[in-house]
Amino acid sequence: MSEPVRFHFDVAGENFVSAGEASATVKKLLRQLGVDPAVIRRVSIAMYEGEINMVIHANGGTADILVYTDRIVIVLEDHGPGIPNVGLAMQEGYSTAAENVRALGFGAGMGLPNMKRYTDSMDIETAVGRGTKITMEISL
Amino acid sequence: MKINELRDTLALQPLSEGDTDREVSGGYTGDLLSFVMGRCPADSAWITIMNNVNVLAVASLADAACVILAEDSVPDDAVLSRARTEGINLYTSPMTAYELCGRLYALLS
Repeated sequence: MSEPVRFHFDVAGENFVSAGEASATVKKLLRQLGVDPAVIRRVSIAMYEGEINMVIHANGGTADILVYTDRIVIVLEDHGPGIPNVGLAMQEGYSTAAENVRALGFGAGMGLPNMKRYTDSMDIETAVGRGTKITMEISL
Repeated sequence: MKINELRDTLALQPLSEGDTDREVSGGYTGDLLSFVMGRCPADSAWITIMNNVNVLAVASLADAACVILAEDSVPDDAVLSRARTEGINLYTSPMTAYELCGRLYALLS
């Protein structure tokens, strides 16, 4: 198995102006690598939702994108509050976002469901008070 | 239908333009960004009254063909500047989202 192409990003917390910059950069880089536009769109959406979650809930975190010949892996890791009830958080419409965040158009409770919907697999490791690590894969 | 044809037919006021020869294949309306992100098909015209900077990120990442702001919604200068830098097709119209959807649906059907 050849070594993947790796991209690493630090995502700033509570910054809704810069939110999405990492996803936008990944979109451009994948385009340069010649990845199928439909796949790029799925990666972009899943990563943006994860990025926004880290901005809203976790005071930022890191995003790592690994591009293999047969798949793209997105790893999002934060040291935020963790997710007390993953099953609930995965339900469309469930959100704990604050009112000021909702006023921006976020907090629809679609973030995690969208991430699952647009990837082939999604794994959530989370511990309350310690943080969350989400690993998503999209086959090429 | 191309974006420039849509713009002229609906008398949309351009706020920022990129590739206006791009085809619009459908439409979507909504103000909740994650709903739009999850449901707006690629190459759609997205109709919304939301006008903050995150609209640009969603439009770009979800591959919307253009954004039409309803009811004369206009973003602030920082958002406009970023839209122009990124070449996002961004329009405003005095029509309500309802009227815009109706007109768009009729044009694309």
